[in-house]
Amino acid sequence: MDLDFTAAEDALRAEARDWLAARVPSVPLPSLETAEGFAAHRQWEGMLFADRWSVVSWPEQFGGRGSSLLEWLIFEEEYYRAGAPGRVSQNGINLLAPTLFEYGTDEQRERVLPSMASGEVVWAQAWSEPEAGSDLASLRSVAVRTEGGWRISGQKTWSSRAAFADRAFGLFRSDPEADRPHRGLTYLMFPLDADGVTVRPIGRLDGKPAFAELFLDDVFVPDEDVIGEPGQGWRVAMSTTGNERGLTLRSPGRFTAAADRLTSLWHSTADPDAGVTALGDRVADAVIGARAYQLFAYAHASRITAGGVIAAGGSIGAESSLNKVFWSELDIALHETALDLLGPYGELSDEATEAPAHGSWAEGHTFSLAGPIYAGTNEIQRDIIAERLLGLPKGRR
Amino acid sequence: MRFLLDGEQREFARTLDGMLGSAGTPGVVRSWASGDHGPGRALWGRLGEAGVFALAVPEEHEGVGPLPVELAVAFGELGRHAVPGPLAETAAAGALLGRLGGDAAHVWLPQLASGKAVASLCVLSPGGSPYALDADAADAVFVVDGDTVRLADSHGPVQPSADPARRPARPLGGVVFAQGPAVTAAAAYAADVAALVTAAQALGLGRALLERTVEYVRQRTQFGVAVGSFQAVKHRLADTLIALEFAQPLVYAAALALAADDPAAGREVAAAKVSACEAAYGAARTALHLHGAVGYTAEPDLSLWIRKARPLRTAWGTPAVCRARVLAGGTLR
Ligand SMILES: Cc1cc2nc3c(=O)[nH]c(=O)nc-3n(C[C@H](O)[C@H](O)[C@H](O)COP(=O)(O)OP(=O)(O)OC[C@H]3O[C@@H](n4cnc5c(N)ncnc54)[C@H](O)[C@@H]3O)c2cc1C
Repeated sequence: MDLDFTAAEDALRAEARDWLAARVPSVPLPSLETAEGFAAHRQWEGMLFADRWSVVSWPEQFGGRGSSLLEWLIFEEEYYRAGAPGRVSQNGINLLAPTLFEYGTDEQRERVLPSMASGEVVWAQAWSEPEAGSDLASLRSVAVRTEGGWRISGQKTWSSRAAFADRAFGLFRSDPEADRPHRGLTYLMFPLDADGVTVRPIGRLDGKPAFAELFLDDVFVPDEDVIGEPGQGWRVAMSTTGNERGLTLRSPGRFTAAADRLTSLWHSTADPDAGVTALGDRVADAVIGARAYQLFAYAHASRITAGGVIAAGGSIGAESSLNKVFWSELDIALHETALDLLGPYGELSDEATEAPAHGSWAEGHTFSLAGPIYAGTNEIQRDIIAERLLGLPKGRR
Repeated sequence: MRFLLDGEQREFARTLDGMLGSAGTPGVVRSWASGDHGPGRALWGRLGEAGVFALAVPEEHEGVGPLPVELAVAFGELGRHAVPGPLAETAAAGALLGRLGGDAAHVWLPQLASGKAVASLCVLSPGGSPYALDADAADAVFVVDGDTVRLADSHGPVQPSADPARRPARPLGGVVFAQGPAVTAAAAYAADVAALVTAAQALGLGRALLERTVEYVRQRTQFGVAVGSFQAVKHRLADTLIALEFAQPLVYAAALALAADDPAAGREVAAAKVSACEAAYGAARTALHLHGAVGYTAEPDLSLWIRKARPLRTAWGTPAVCRARVLAGGTLR
């Protein structure tokens, strides 16, 4: 057992660091939850892609570098340490791509992946419905067989960035007669500007249109856009939820970078004569938490890959629920500690002209509050941990 | 000892609750947040008629106060209905001028007491805020700096807050109209009044959040049952209630201590401020989480309540500042 990096890993880190140092915008891009910011971020994704930094773990033929999971973690550490912009392509890259690697056809992979990696086509996840959140299998939107494909109808909601995205992937009930709700679902892809699609933006807490409702009225989807076998949608979808909860959605780099910012904030705001106060203890705990998550990730990466390409496989399973609960709570603790350190300045929104002088923590805080909800709420994750990892009896659900 | 509100106080709360319940406060909050103060000022006038602001103003200046217990009762209702504006600041300005007396008191207090004028207040001190809340809506912005107090001429740009209905800005300019140890003492008292009523407001806010959430989890079903039937959901709501219930008596005890000019009043207020604001923020986190993604959206009025909780927690004494005050003496009375 060791924590030493190989020469190749160190080289990748150095190359990424130099590239980022030369290109990360010195003035942060506008919020990616606005039309203006979305466009700027899309352009940034194109720059990343041009030098094969947008999807380092993918095979080279799709624009990646074939990097290992550990190399990807290293890249992400550098990415967030450099203060690089958030990724508008993340739902496609983290959720749809692994599904296509596992269940897609060669034709689908060639058609979908490169334009996803370049930011030219941004994907939204259309799983949830107004009445189907935690109980996703109760979804009601339908796919009806037609000549050469399917016609989909129904309502999807809380689809992140769908207000600005180009295409979506989602689950539909294709066999209403199936004996259990999980059966008879089909997983497919569709354009958000197709006939019959209405996208209505929804403001999140701070009013930014961070997600949207989708109204689908008899939208045609050709057979080539069905992922996996019709009727097998649940299995196809569930194979990738581990990615949503686990490392690939929230790499430790994000938290180690935030912990570094928090530590600087502590040093710049703390009274040197007061010693370590209770707030200082919380800063230290956040630093420890970020380091724990990073080390857990190294161990996790060592366990599930032996230098292969993660995107192409590597089942993550129930362990990703451990990640989900840990990172979502760590994220809130980090941001709340920052706001507390800021005292009266902690209430400033990032749009306040005086916010940048204090590190602009508000949007990060708002976003952290959603962490225990999306990607499966923490209650559901704790149930999975208790039942699948601890072997406790299944509760009423 | 009879540590309970009397009939008249309870009736006062009921009256305000009824009045605010039919006043369409969510619309008022949204207007205020967009910079349209008209509906907020109209509501302010009605609160003035109901006697809310007179509670902070001495009788010789057309007030009925200072009556900290009644103020706490009233502010609980203002918080429950998420009323926007420099509420604590106006009450505290009343307390400040009431103690100082002089020309400014003659000019401003009757107007503040009746609700005709809106005031903001900024106490520049270590750990305090450099901003005056809603300076753009206030008729007068008072600034205490050490042992001086001035009436600001203008204010800097509004700094958008995490709660869009709060519009903090730095007060600018103004001529000192009082100076000396009397200012320092009056400002300390005014800050205690502000902290007390902020705590009361937070408690009302927390209770409203809890009520709405209990209602929601009763009717929201997943897996074929109400989500409120899951133990994890029940326990979280039970903990929220416990926190609010145990913060409430601290708020009333602090009000009594202020009413009695007890030397330990500042510490009692600090204890109330920490526990009420932590309980309210906890209630906001719980409300957000148990509403699922619905709780994370701006359209439902719930968001107006959720977003108030965090700034109240740091206004007029951050948790760290309040905790330090609690520790500065022996046990609380
Ligand atoms: C920021 C954000 C982005 C999102 N992005 C997307 C997206 O891109 N695409 C998409 O399809 N969806 C998205 N979602 C939706 C998300 O997947 C759902 O919010 C989530 O599955 C929870 O469903 P719900 O909101 O309906 O909550 P509900 O299922 O109604 O749950 C309400 C409350 O009850 C609790 N609860 C429910 N069941 C149980 C149980 N069995 N035991 C204990 N407690 C329980 C929950 O934990 C929660 O606190 C997003 C949500 C957010 C907040």
